[in-house]
Amino acid sequence: MPPEERSSEAFDETEEVFANNLDSTTNGHLPVNEKVFEPEVEYDETFEDPPFLSIMSAYLCLFLLVMFGHIRDLLRSWGFDKTMDTSEFGNKGFVPLYNDFEAFYTRNVYQRVLHYWCHPLAGVPGANIEIWDRKFGSFNENIRLQDTKRNYLNIGSYNYLGFAENNGRCSEETIKEIRSRLGTTTASPRSELGTLKIHEELENLIAGFLGKDACLVFGMGFATNSMNIAALVDDGCLLISDELNHASLILGARLSGAKIKVFRHNNMKHLEKILKTSIVEGQPRTRRPWKKILIVVEGIYSMEGTSCNLPKIVELKKKYKAYLYVDEAHSVGAMGKTGRGICEHYGVDPADIDILMGTFSKSFGAAGGYIASNKDIVAHLRKESHAQVYSSAMSPPVARQILASTEAIMGVDGSGEGQRRIRQLKENTRFFRTELQKRGYILYGELDSPVVPLLICSIARLCAFAKTSLANGLAPVVVGFPATPILGARARFCLSASHTREQLQWLIDLMERCEPVLGLKLSSRHKQKANS
Amino acid sequence: MDGSDYSWAAKAGDVFHSYYEIPFYHLIVELALVLFIIKILMSKSTGSPGDETPLTEKEMQKLIAEWTPEPLVPAGAADTEPPVPVITSKVGKYVTVNGKECLNLATMNFLGMIGKEEIEDAAVASVQKYGVGSCGPRGFYGTIDVHLLLEEKLAKYMECEEAIIYSYGFATVASAIPAYSKRGDIIFCDKEVCYAIQKGILASRSTVFYYNHNDLDHLVELLEKQAVEDRKNPKKARVTNRFLVTEGLFVNTGQITNLPRLIELKQKYKFRIFLDESYSFGVLGECGRGLTEYYNVDRRNVDMIVGSMEFSLGSVGGFACGSSFVIRHQRLAGQGYVFSASLPPLHASMVIKAMDYFDKDLFSKLINNCKIAHEALEAIDTITVTADPLSPMKHIRLIENNSEEALREICNLARDNNLAITVASYTSTEIFKKEPSIRLTVNTELTEEEICSSVKLIEEVIHQYTSPSQDISEDS
Ligand SMILES: Cc1ncc(COP(=O)(O)O)c(C=O)c1O
Repeated sequence: MPPEERSSEAFDETEEVFANNLDSTTNGHLPVNEKVFEPEVEYDETFEDPPFLSIMSAYLCLFLLVMFGHIRDLLRSWGFDKTMDTSEFGNKGFVPLYNDFEAFYTRNVYQRVLHYWCHPLAGVPGANIEIWDRKFGSFNENIRLQDTKRNYLNIGSYNYLGFAENNGRCSEETIKEIRSRLGTTTASPRSELGTLKIHEELENLIAGFLGKDACLVFGMGFATNSMNIAALVDDGCLLISDELNHASLILGARLSGAKIKVFRHNNMKHLEKILKTSIVEGQPRTRRPWKKILIVVEGIYSMEGTSCNLPKIVELKKKYKAYLYVDEAHSVGAMGKTGRGICEHYGVDPADIDILMGTFSKSFGAAGGYIASNKDIVAHLRKESHAQVYSSAMSPPVARQILASTEAIMGVDGSGEGQRRIRQLKENTRFFRTELQKRGYILYGELDSPVVPLLICSIARLCAFAKTSLANGLAPVVVGFPATPILGARARFCLSASHTREQLQWLIDLMERCEPVLGLKLSSRHKQKANS
Repeated sequence: MDGSDYSWAAKAGDVFHSYYEIPFYHLIVELALVLFIIKILMSKSTGSPGDETPLTEKEMQKLIAEWTPEPLVPAGAADTEPPVPVITSKVGKYVTVNGKECLNLATMNFLGMIGKEEIEDAAVASVQKYGVGSCGPRGFYGTIDVHLLLEEKLAKYMECEEAIIYSYGFATVASAIPAYSKRGDIIFCDKEVCYAIQKGILASRSTVFYYNHNDLDHLVELLEKQAVEDRKNPKKARVTNRFLVTEGLFVNTGQITNLPRLIELKQKYKFRIFLDESYSFGVLGECGRGLTEYYNVDRRNVDMIVGSMEFSLGSVGGFACGSSFVIRHQRLAGQGYVFSASLPPLHASMVIKAMDYFDKDLFSKLINNCKIAHEALEAIDTITVTADPLSPMKHIRLIENNSEEALREICNLARDNNLAITVASYTSTEIFKKEPSIRLTVNTELTEEEICSSVKLIEEVIHQYTSPSQDISEDS
């Protein structure tokens, strides 16, 4: 039975127009100039290495940390140092559970600075946040929450469009959903008795929003990647992945059993070379031709702020008959004139991308992920995806939040609020990026990317930055090795439509004030420009 | 001075001289070796196997033009899609499926938490305070105070040092296993474990030995075999971690693991135990603490207990608990924890509220219902029932001509008679193929009469399905 017939026959409520005033036949597709977007920009990106002196100091700092770590470990083994007790209940004579470098690093480096992460929030992760104070015992053990809290400017949450809110239409709708519609959860997977009406409504809306035929939603963004790739490629297939792909994509690739080849970040020459030699050589050892080739990239890379060179990738994909999987976790909602993501940003027809994946935990202020594609692929996933068959369906309140925020982005709620936020985000991003660049900081990523990593280089400086910011009421994200390369320690600012120009100006002023102590202006290009 | 200089020169001379002494064939062999190595290196760098001359650009283009990939998914999947029942009401004791109001014996709402007004109130209050999403992973401003509260509450309830929560039930055990078990380590695992464990093991890239379902003698056999290997290679054995991963209550069979025997074996063979209690937490044991309480064993003997908040707790997400020494590691190494947005605070608030309902009467009511259902089902002679009497999940299979289509049809017939039951769904990629079954789920909301009449109805629809002609003759 064709699916269209099924849904109308199953029960007549789908005949109605959905709550968003789109009837089920139009599927919410884009009007008039269907699907094909005007490109907003050409592909452009900058990278700059830190100066030599910074590199040396970063290495020196790491060397000292590791040396002190070894001394500590030695003292621990002699029983002088009682911190980080590594004994286990029972289990005498077992092989030690942890014995690698990772554990050493956690114990001796991360543990010393762990108070810069995992801040407990006391409310909405909006532009201003309240964080509970914490007390730390010796060597940062025994963390105790205090009953005092302080206000910070939040520049760390992935709240691109500011939908992390506890008032307004989205949360009202969510509350209505809990109280009088579908309740809280299902306790059943989609393929058993967990498919709710709201899931179909949401899938229709998202498919229409992205200009795809069909869509499937999942309860967790991470799992959307890690559990679906295996249903697309398997043994005898080749998966070509960008070296900086998110952990969920790497895990999904590994679970699929396909051969994995990695190309250098955004390096199209390298990608083409791999495509070419792979097809020519076929599978290793057997030399049989590959069953299929899947290229996996991200729209915006969350640690680099860079976007993939989509026009070129689509060109290569067509030339070499590969399939393309784009993870739009950070770009959907945040990029493009109307928030339709990286395709719209580069003016690429969404039909050219086989699988559009994205998450709802960022721009939509909810949780979960989606896969939008053609009808066959979605039907196949519905049957074979582990996330559909074995794990609980997306909960109704979360689904309602996504529906309401997508409606706002698409403008069907009639308030124009979504469009205003998209514009605001873009303005904020451009303002912030140009201001920082002008002042000589090294930023990664392109002009319109709301993820703004600021290269700091050494771990010590990174911690100094975190400390000063927190003391001054700014809550930034700082990341270092092992999440980044050893020399790539960085602060990451995630801009939001809910930031005001004053807040951003305040932030820039704060950095300017702290510059004499921190010395974060590492760009030598900038200096050259200033001199000439 | 002179002397030492002389000896230097003499030594160099000796070396030089020794080359003259080497037989000629020796030099030839060495030369051949060097050439051979160079050849290997060269062939690797050009990458063309066997054939010395690399392909020309034209030949490559031809190969590329000739290559036709398979379609990404088999064509026509959309046309053969089986209809999925669609729900238009809350999924509590009753549920509206395809427009028909049914008594719900299909979803795993064991303790009837879904639909409780106070829990809904907690969810609403949470939305009003925190919004819906947390907009970040736990490390980066995604930790909300309710997460910490919930972790503390879970740890306290389970009498453990520490608990950690994940935003998705499936991802919990699938992330926890590879956080500890690495390539080269060994995992012993039951054949009937749920899919999440299978994926976790695959992600860890460890060596895995599957033992027959609940057959601990077979496990001992495998352990002994490994012990022999270890004696052969003690150096490797000293760095190889061993884990035993199993479920407390198997979702695929409804059976219960013999935990005391496992703990005995643990000390002898020195493996760590990871116990997945997704389906037994809030079900087994006097206070719902799961298998360790049911058998009354020291919980510290189990190195990690993994639970789900999606079934008995009626929310979303999962948790792992145990000693701080073990659990803390996941805060940096549990992939689904580190690299994913944290649990929406409303779901955390719901669990906190739901745990207030935990009490002995509730659990004994559930166990009682499970026993009633089991007895009633066993009395039907056209089906087999696979489950422990204490399990709230009962797998029903037709004795004759058991097939997925038949079971689906039976479910549809039951639905027409206002009873919601479901076929247990599996993907085609299960490591050990599953026999199709109807998974009937019992919960605390049901009364004895409701259970008995539902079972009776099931018997009738099975009868109706297997011998439809008889119905007609009865009518006439
Ligand atoms: C590229 C990418 N994919 C997937 C995810 C995971 O999404 P979620 O946080 O919704 O699980 C993330 C989140 O950090 C991401 O950056």
